[in-house]
Amino acid sequence: MLTAAERRRGLSYGAITLFGVTLFVAVAVLALLAWDAGDTKARLFSAYTARVLRFTLLQAFLSTGLSVLFAILLALALARQPRFPGRVWIVRLMAVPMGLPVLIGALGLLGIWGRQGLINDMLAMAGGAAPISIYGLSGILLAHVFFNMPLAARLMLAALERLPAEYWLLSCGLGMRRLSVFRFLEWPALRQVAPGIAGLIFMLCATSFTLVLVLGGGPAATTLEVAIYQSLRFDFDPPRAIALAFLQIGVTGLILAAMSFLPAPEETGMTAGRSVRRLDGQGWAARSGDGITILLATIFLILPLASIAAAGFKANLWTLVTSPAFLKALWTSLKIAAIAALLAVTASLAILTGREAVADMKRPGSLARSFSAALSATSALVLLVPPVVLGTGWFLVLRPWGDVAPFAPVLVAIINALMALPFVMRVLAPAIETHRRRTARLSESLGISGLARLWRIDLPVLARPLLTATSFAIALSLGDLGAVALFGSNELTTLPWLVYSRLSSYRSHDADGLALLLAMLCLSLAILGTVGRREVGHD
Amino acid sequence: MRNTIISILAALAAFSLASSASAEQKTLTVYTYESFTSEWGPGPKVKEAFEKTCGCTLNFVSVEDGVALLTRLKLEGDNTKADVALGLDTNLISEAKATGLFQASGIDTAAIKVPGNYSDDTFIPFDYAHFAVIYDTQVVKNPPKSLKDLVDGDPSQKIAIEDPRTSTPGLGLLLWVKSVYGDKAPEAWAKLSKHILTVTPGWSEAYGLFTKGEVPMVFSYTTSPAYHMVEEKTDRYQAASFSEGHYIQIEVAGMLKSAHDKDLARQFLTFMVSPAFQDIIPTTNWMMPATKTSQALPEAFGKLVQPANTFLMGSDEVAKNRQAWIDEWLSAMSAK
Repeated sequence: MLTAAERRRGLSYGAITLFGVTLFVAVAVLALLAWDAGDTKARLFSAYTARVLRFTLLQAFLSTGLSVLFAILLALALARQPRFPGRVWIVRLMAVPMGLPVLIGALGLLGIWGRQGLINDMLAMAGGAAPISIYGLSGILLAHVFFNMPLAARLMLAALERLPAEYWLLSCGLGMRRLSVFRFLEWPALRQVAPGIAGLIFMLCATSFTLVLVLGGGPAATTLEVAIYQSLRFDFDPPRAIALAFLQIGVTGLILAAMSFLPAPEETGMTAGRSVRRLDGQGWAARSGDGITILLATIFLILPLASIAAAGFKANLWTLVTSPAFLKALWTSLKIAAIAALLAVTASLAILTGREAVADMKRPGSLARSFSAALSATSALVLLVPPVVLGTGWFLVLRPWGDVAPFAPVLVAIINALMALPFVMRVLAPAIETHRRRTARLSESLGISGLARLWRIDLPVLARPLLTATSFAIALSLGDLGAVALFGSNELTTLPWLVYSRLSSYRSHDADGLALLLAMLCLSLAILGTVGRREVGHD
Repeated sequence: MRNTIISILAALAAFSLASSASAEQKTLTVYTYESFTSEWGPGPKVKEAFEKTCGCTLNFVSVEDGVALLTRLKLEGDNTKADVALGLDTNLISEAKATGLFQASGIDTAAIKVPGNYSDDTFIPFDYAHFAVIYDTQVVKNPPKSLKDLVDGDPSQKIAIEDPRTSTPGLGLLLWVKSVYGDKAPEAWAKLSKHILTVTPGWSEAYGLFTKGEVPMVFSYTTSPAYHMVEEKTDRYQAASFSEGHYIQIEVAGMLKSAHDKDLARQFLTFMVSPAFQDIIPTTNWMMPATKTSQALPEAFGKLVQPANTFLMGSDEVAKNRQAWIDEWLSAMSAK
């Protein structure tokens, strides 16, 4: 369907991005490998490594399963109740955990679920039952669900909302029952996005570090990421760090590859763009059932956030907001986040164009097919490369050129962009693919192409996913501490770094206040990402 | 895509131009850890005081912590910009010496008084503190009186500790237990593990859990209560005095072989052990000064636990055994 020039352009965009990402990672890894650090001091694959690997995978499997399961329930309920009071705010709140530095999120969760948290206080009041302790696997799962379930629910909700309004009209006309609606409409839509979302969450949980240590209760809960960090930062043993990183990429990659073989049904529905009316959600039973689901999920989500807010309001917020340190960190964070988001969205678009060009070929050769697969794999697997490896590697590369500090903001932005890439892809890929299926033939037959197509056909539909993707990427970059910690220099202080800095000099009230400000920033981004939710469609 | 690449290159160029515009004046570059140079840390005051006397510019470059500092120097090797590295602790000295990057400064260290018979010609102490269990007096009515008391005591009284794989206080506790229990350390850890609520990657996380009220005891320093007494005017958080004695953390600084102005580096190290620098330390770094200060310390420091006995292992011994002891710790702690 594409012209030859368009296809060539698509392929080259994809190739450039693939080359860029691979080069960035490979240079860092090679620099570390080339570093003459002598032989590794510890045996690579000991019983310890095996135990760590087993725990990493176990907690990642369970975390992913629970997150996806709860996300499906929540997304179904939210999709069925488009007029639920405060719905748009619930959707916005779902973007906040993503932008929080993990330690802050963990402290918020402990304010509710901890030994002195709300739940145990209530249990004590209700009759002095033995306090529940979440430390251990349950704490890790709780935290991973808190951070990842909202993300999954949002992506799934988007998938359900992309279903043509005509489907719902038809299902109603056919008198389909709830189970049939699920089987024929909702499940196929979810099944299309679920493996990708599950893969993303699996990677996030497999590489989790601070949460696992803080809530895991002891070294029995250790992930490979901890071991990698330890060997690079504490023992300075690059060969071991690289070997462990390869182990992490290899094993997790295999699991992801297995997941991607799950068949995804083709979605072909056309729509005239009428607005969705979910008559199936209007019965009393559906309303109350969905209401309870949404309410429980909202409470689960909002309580830890409220606990963060309550702690934050005890700080002297005005002094904090007007302090030069905050303003400087805010400016630095926003700059880095903006560059990271721009890079991530651009790279995603390039990758998608490349994949589209391959998909458009009449008979793609094995080379073209593996190119397309490489594009998908790169955008997904890049999350498994530990930032500490990228940072240290690039430090070694740049060092001979003089001072590394000036490059630090750029490197942090690129590392953040790579981290955000899989998220952005999850938002953009289904939206763009659906849009193309619906409009490509028509546009071509009407002879609309180039800028006109971009402006009249693509932008009106794709503006919203683009905004959502951008706000995801910005939020992720804002909340990221990892990449900055590697270069840490006086000139490069981001907001999460400032939060940690205040904590490490006993200023915990300031840290609470800053965390609240960061959360509010993420919420405003989420508002930006959901702008125009109501304006789509017409009757 | 092409535009993106061009804009990245432009940004890179802009950043590197900005950095090359350095001053004509003499400059001294000191690598240190982040909380030293933070707004509340000693850094800003030290810079002001030293620049008054040296006619130079003092630049701090800060990394996450003492361990990251040494890693950074290893990565940079001979062409490091650092003239002085400030903020390594005694456990790192053996490794730091092995890099061959440091050189004895030969400054007069007679005034330095730190517990634990520490002496070294290359790495000069600038402050110290003993490790201690800090407890919340509103929750813990009978604080442990010794390490044995803590190990054998009521397991429902929880403590948060740091991980020896990723943090220096965590390593400190490991060495403390080893100093007291010797070969019986694994048994002690197995018992202690029942008191441990959680093991955090660093000091900040553990102390955050403690001040949030999640855990009534935390592994920190004898000097931590001074912060709460001076800045928050509260006696609520106190250190438990252990009868066996306390393990010490001594923070040291050293001059690099590659320092481009060695006299200026020596001048800084001399300044570091003078009252002008030492006066700043107690209420900004919340550690004990390594030499006499010109004024008496705030009253709160008089109320701190003064350990009767100080534990300190030689850094060669630590470097040699660290991995084996961490493995021992791992298996004792994972068994629960």
